[in-house]
Formats: sequence, C-alpha cells, structure tokens
Amino acid sequence: MYSRDAVVMNEHGLHARPAAIFVRTANTFQSRITLTRGGKTVNARSILEVLSLGISAGAVVSIAAEGADEKAAVDTLVRLVEQENLGQ
Amino acid sequence: MIFTGVCGAKGIGIGKAIVLGREEIVPENQSIVSEQVEEEVARFKAALEVTRHQVLGIRSRALSESGENEARIFDAHLMILEDPALVGGVVALIREHRFSAASATGHVIRQYEAMLAELEESYFRERAADLRDVGNRLVRNILGVTAAKILDSLYEDAIVVAHELNPSDIAMMDKARVRGLVTETGGETSHVAIIARAMGIAAVLGVDGITGRVHDGDQVIVDGFKGEVIVRPTQGQRNEYLRLHQISEALNGELRRVAGLPAETTDGYRIEIAANIAYPGEADTVLANGGEGVGLFRTEFLYLDKNALPSEDVQFEAYRKVALTLGTRPVIIRTLDVGGDKRLAALSLPGEENPFLGYRGIRLCLGHAGMFKTQLRAILRASAFGNILIMYPMITDISEVYQANRLLDEAKRELDREGIPFNDGIKVGIMVEVPSAAVTADLLAPAVDFFSIGTNDLCQYTMAVDRGNSAVSHLYQPFHPSLLRLIKHVADVSRAHGIFTGVCGEMASDPRAAVLLVGLGVHELSMNAASIPAVKNAIRNISYELAKKMAERALSLATAAEVRRLLEEVMGEGGTCIQGMR
Repeated sequence: MYSRDAVVMNEHGLHARPAAIFVRTANTFQSRITLTRGGKTVNARSILEVLSLGISAGAVVSIAAEGADEKAAVDTLVRLVEQENLGQ
Repeated sequence: MIFTGVCGAKGIGIGKAIVLGREEIVPENQSIVSEQVEEEVARFKAALEVTRHQVLGIRSRALSESGENEARIFDAHLMILEDPALVGGVVALIREHRFSAASATGHVIRQYEAMLAELEESYFRERAADLRDVGNRLVRNILGVTAAKILDSLYEDAIVVAHELNPSDIAMMDKARVRGLVTETGGETSHVAIIARAMGIAAVLGVDGITGRVHDGDQVIVDGFKGEVIVRPTQGQRNEYLRLHQISEALNGELRRVAGLPAETTDGYRIEIAANIAYPGEADTVLANGGEGVGLFRTEFLYLDKNALPSEDVQFEAYRKVALTLGTRPVIIRTLDVGGDKRLAALSLPGEENPFLGYRGIRLCLGHAGMFKTQLRAILRASAFGNILIMYPMITDISEVYQANRLLDEAKRELDREGIPFNDGIKVGIMVEVPSAAVTADLLAPAVDFFSIGTNDLCQYTMAVDRGNSAVSHLYQPFHPSLLRLIKHVADVSRAHGIFTGVCGEMASDPRAAVLLVGLGVHELSMNAASIPAVKNAIRNISYELAKKMAERALSLATAAEVRRLLEEVMGEGGTCIQGMR
C-alpha cells in the first residue's frame, strides 16, 4: 500500500467539477483507492462518498492505494487536488 | 368521501381518477425470500441500464436545445448511476438483508441524500436534488411505471390525482381529456395552480394523503370553488354537482363570448386587457381567453432551479416564441426579478437579514452587469420578431433607470456592430412597486415610456406588512386608501406626461377591483389569463363616469373595509355573476 497526504488547493474545495474530475481520474487506475479526511475513509471511485466528505479549500486529505499501479494512482491524484485551478 | 385542500383553480371537474403515486415512497424494508434475490439483483441492474439510456437521451436533447451548461447537469446524473457506493450498496442490501430492489434503491438514495443535504454549502444540497431526481427515475424503472405512460392512457374525462405535478407533467397531458387536477403538494401560488388557472382546469391542491385514498377509475368530483375533492360521490352529490357543472359551463359560455369582445365601458371608454405569464407555453392561453397582449412576462423561469445562468440563445428562443405567438400585440418582458423570496442558485449570493429590503430586482441586475446585458441582448434580438417592450423591476430611483438604460444602449451598439437585427425604438418602462417610485412618478416619467404598478409589492411596502406572516397579514389591504392614492397619483402623472399606466398585480384580476382601478385612471390591466373574461364582463357593465365617481368616493374613505363596502354597494356582492357561485 502506498499513501500520501495532500492539501486541497482549489478555492471551491473538492466540490462540483473538481470532485467529478477526481473520481473520473481515480477510475482510470486498477488499484483500490481511498480518500481519507478527518478520520473518515471513503472509496475514491464514488462521487457520492467523495462529496459526502464535504471537503473545502485548505483541507488536508490522505490518499491511499493498493494494487499494481498504486504509486502512480496516488501521485496523480495528489497532483490533482493540489492544483489551484482544477476544473476551472 | 370528501377531502379538503386549497383552491388551485376555480371550476367543477367530474370524471374518473388517474392516480400518480408518490414515486419516492417505496415500501420501507419490503422484504423478499431468498429464491428471489438474484432475480431482484438482475431487475436492479436492468433498471440501471434503462435509466442510463434515458439519461443519455435527455442529455443529448438538452445539449441540442439548451447548450452545454444544461447538459452538464445530466453528467452528474450519469456519474451517480455508475457510482460504486450506490450500486454496491443496493446489491448488498438485496443480498444480505433481503430488501426488494425498489426498497433497497430507495434506502441507499435516501441515505446519501440526507448526508448531502446536511452539508452546509448550497452546492451539496443541489447534488442532493440531483440524486433524488435520478433516484426517482431509477425506482420508477424498477417498478415499471412512468408518469408519462399513465398520462398517455388518460380516460375520456380524467381527474389526475398526484402527489406532485411538475409543469412538464402538465405540458404532456392531453388537455381536452383532463377535467380536474388534485395534488398532495402545492398551494395557491404554485406553478401548478398558475398553469391550471391559465388552462381553465379545475384544481384542488394540498390534499394530504389523497393518492392513498383514491384508486384508478374511481369517480371523482373536483370542486375548485370550495377547494374540495369528493371521491366516489353518492348519487345525490353527483346530481348536485352535475347541476352546478352545467351552470358553471353556461356562465363560462357567456364569459367566453365576452372574452372575444373589447373591455369597453357602457359609455365607450376602452381599457387594454393583457395577461401575466410565467412560461412561454402560456402564450396560447392568453389569446384563447381574449387577452390583447402580455402585460407581464416573468423571466424567472429561465433562471430559477438552474445550476447555471441561461445562455443568450436559450433566452432569445423563449422571448421570440412568445413574440411570434402574440404577433402585433404588445409583449412586456420584465427583466430578471429575483432576490427577496427567490434565490438564484447560479449566483450563490449570501443570505440576507431582510431579503425583501435587500439585494433584489434591478439592484441585483445592476450589480451583475454581464448577466443583465446578456438578458437585454436576448430581449433586443427577439424584438425583431414582434412587439416587445422592456420593463425593469423594483425601481426606487431614477439613477437606476439611467444605469439600466446605459447597459441597454451598450447591448444595442454591440448588436449593431454584429449586424444582428432588433427594434431600435423599443419602449422601456418600469414597475412601480416601491413607494418612493410611486411618490416621485413625476421625476421618473420623463425617462420612461410606461409605468406598470405591481400592487402586491406596492401594498407590502406601503403597509409595511409581510403577507406571509399570519400575525400581521390582516394589514395587507390592497383597498387601503394609501394604496389607492398612490395609484391615482401615478395614473395622473402618466396622463400628464402622455405615457400609459398599467396594473399587473393581483388586484387587476378581481373584477370589482379592476373597475376601481379603471376609475382611478389606469389604462391597462394585466392578470392571469383565466380572469380576463370576468374582468372584461365587469368593465362592460359599468360606465366610465360611474367608475370615476366611485373611485373619487373611495379616495375619501378612511379604511379598506369602507372601500370594500362601497364596491359592494355599487357593483353587488359578487361583482360578476361567476363570483356569485362561491
């Protein structure tokens, strides 16, 4: 398993299009991927669960993956949430 | 069995029930036996696939009809349908807890909906609405019923009994076969009520639990005068209502005849009668009821309940459609009037302590110049296709008229440069609904082509009363001398300046009040289309001389109650025969 922390930089947090892009990107990997915030861990492939975390700008999240492409998955998703203009 | 609700639209409807249940309500924890498990899982997966295809179809239609922004809403629906938490959650409930496919789906949808609804920002609450929408569709597909299917197979004389009806549901109905509408939700001012009134279909709304008490094919009588629904009536009740129905049809026949005639007093004074509309689809009912124009075309439908602002093209098409239907008759388009009790999701504005004294109407539009100019461009473009006038809402001061006109001029210059046709001489007027505008009508008149008095807001601001607050709603008195004097002042000023004054508030649709307004010097009355025949009838039965005398007398009275009594003395208790039925 491979995991990293990231700070959400997008001013709208992980709402709307950023959340959709995040989930779509997670779906391109084979590994099992989770997103954790404030002690709650959810499936990164589920838009409903990602939205239910209510992640706003500046939040610290942890992204973990387990599987063949775990490192690539985590690194890609961390880069994504740390983009300031994600989905704009 | 008699059920009571709210009067949605007057009239008597007699027919057979078609019940549209509340799709969201799926028997909680409806359980199945173990042999059924895989069958239910397959049923769920098949419904998922059907739903996905439906949403793809809706999405491509939205893309071609309304553009990228509208279509994007359905991308969210598609993502939800593919969501592993939804799919996995439902399958787990079926396999491990023996839920039926429908109740498992309902359960999971409600669970996430509650989670999203709890989050603070409005964005999440909107996602909760998306989820409910797509979830209902999914459940309907599992159960194999769709509202559309039932509506297609209407009886000859149908009474539609539903938990809730959307304007789009009503649009799909064959109006020639629908005799009445009954819903569990909605009130007097809901869209369903407005559309039912416009179409002249009897409607009773807000009847709690009715869908559970009526079966398909039951005899039902809808009494839109009393707000009652009679299910499986006795022979006596049936005869009584058949008689009432005949009387009301005869009166309607008489009123229909009057509808085609001008609103001219017995001494030959002519009043313009127009209709208020809130959707382009209502334009036909304006003409059918004898409307001579559209005195108020509300444009909020383009903006409310949307995640994004409407594009110029979408607006243009809506305005053009109404202009083409009305031909040479005037269509007064009111620019966006939100704020107050109507919030705009697309702008995510902060909440206000006093929304009715806050950022609403023209104030909000001037603060969002880009959005406002898009609307003005769309209206201007449509003005090449008919007789369109522009009206600004919530004007309190002349500087607002100047600022709005400056944006209008910019829009005109842009269209000129782009070689797009429009009516350069388009007339521009204002709503008079704030006391400051009424009192200073003489200062505003030189800058505008017409006034339209919004009596609802003018009354609320003049009397300082929130009509929705039952502790003070008795103070909401449109017949109060203060309001009558303001109306008189505005009408006098407009006459002196050679411009016209209309009234587009509820007052105009009450036959007796309409006559009083004529006496006060108002030139045009605009109302819901269904009220037009009765108002024309009242005006055609009185002389302008008498109306003026009555108005003069009313201005000298001290209370609204005295004014009411005066109207009753002059015009009888009902004002018109149709009202006498109540």
